[in-house]
Amino acid sequence: MNEATILSGGVRAEPGMRVYNQKLGMWVFLASEVMFFTSLIGAYIILRFGTDAWALPGIPLEEGGTPLAINLTAFNTFMLICSSVTMVKAFAAIQQGDQKNLRLFLSLTVLLGASFVGIQIVEYMALVREGFLPHCGEHLAALVPNCHLFGSTFYTMTGFHGAHVSIGVLCMIWVTVKAFRGGYTKEDHGGVEVIGLYWHFVDRWGWRWG
Amino acid sequence: MAMETDMESAEGKKPNYYFIWLVLAVLTAVEVALAYFSGMPRAVLIIVLVGLAVWKATLVAMYYMHLKFERLRLIVLATAPLPLAVILILVVLLEYA
Repeated sequence: MNEATILSGGVRAEPGMRVYNQKLGMWVFLASEVMFFTSLIGAYIILRFGTDAWALPGIPLEEGGTPLAINLTAFNTFMLICSSVTMVKAFAAIQQGDQKNLRLFLSLTVLLGASFVGIQIVEYMALVREGFLPHCGEHLAALVPNCHLFGSTFYTMTGFHGAHVSIGVLCMIWVTVKAFRGGYTKEDHGGVEVIGLYWHFVDRWGWRWG
Repeated sequence: MAMETDMESAEGKKPNYYFIWLVLAVLTAVEVALAYFSGMPRAVLIIVLVGLAVWKATLVAMYYMHLKFERLRLIVLATAPLPLAVILILVVLLEYA
């Protein structure tokens, strides 16, 4: 049996991959997440192309459209892009042993991520108030026979993505608190890198829905 | 390539993260503009938007997730599900072709 390789800073690495275990584990997890989100897209394609009637943005809800606001979604997407750069700057900072910028950029990332989740919640509440639900209700079902499928797929896809971002924010808060306590150093900052990988992945998938 | 030179700073392998952020922001603005103003046929628009999304995802994976600077084994591991994802989507799409 091979001995684990020791990387710089005393971090143990998988013998075959030569990266530390947490990072390898995160990449394997992200690989499985690709298939999870792809299955959601596959389900969307089946439902979308399997029906003639489909609700489209820009058309009033009463006429079988949706009240979805592309502007707001675009703004939220932009915030995710900004959080990506703050995340990677936090990682770059601790690579240089820069504790001050590590804390600053991690805090900004938490703020941007939490804002994204907050806006999504506000958007959901507005959509529900306007009558855009995971199911259509009788008055809309009469106009667009399969419109409940649109609501279901919309809330399923954006909901799962929002859940991933929320989990990311919670993990990021944990990492940020640890950073403020001096838990990361130039030599040992695997936690920042691993949460960064997760965050960038979630950002990328967020753009799909944008 | 000129873009690659811009994205990698003079320090060597360290990417210029702000320049990549700018490219991502511009690509997103292009996506929104296309969705609003292009007037393209819907099928063409979807293909263009998917292409832009793949471009952005590639930039993030290469430079923000540092795949460009990882060992080949890790790159293979990270990209292994992509062919499977493409196959899944193509098979589903072919159902309706």
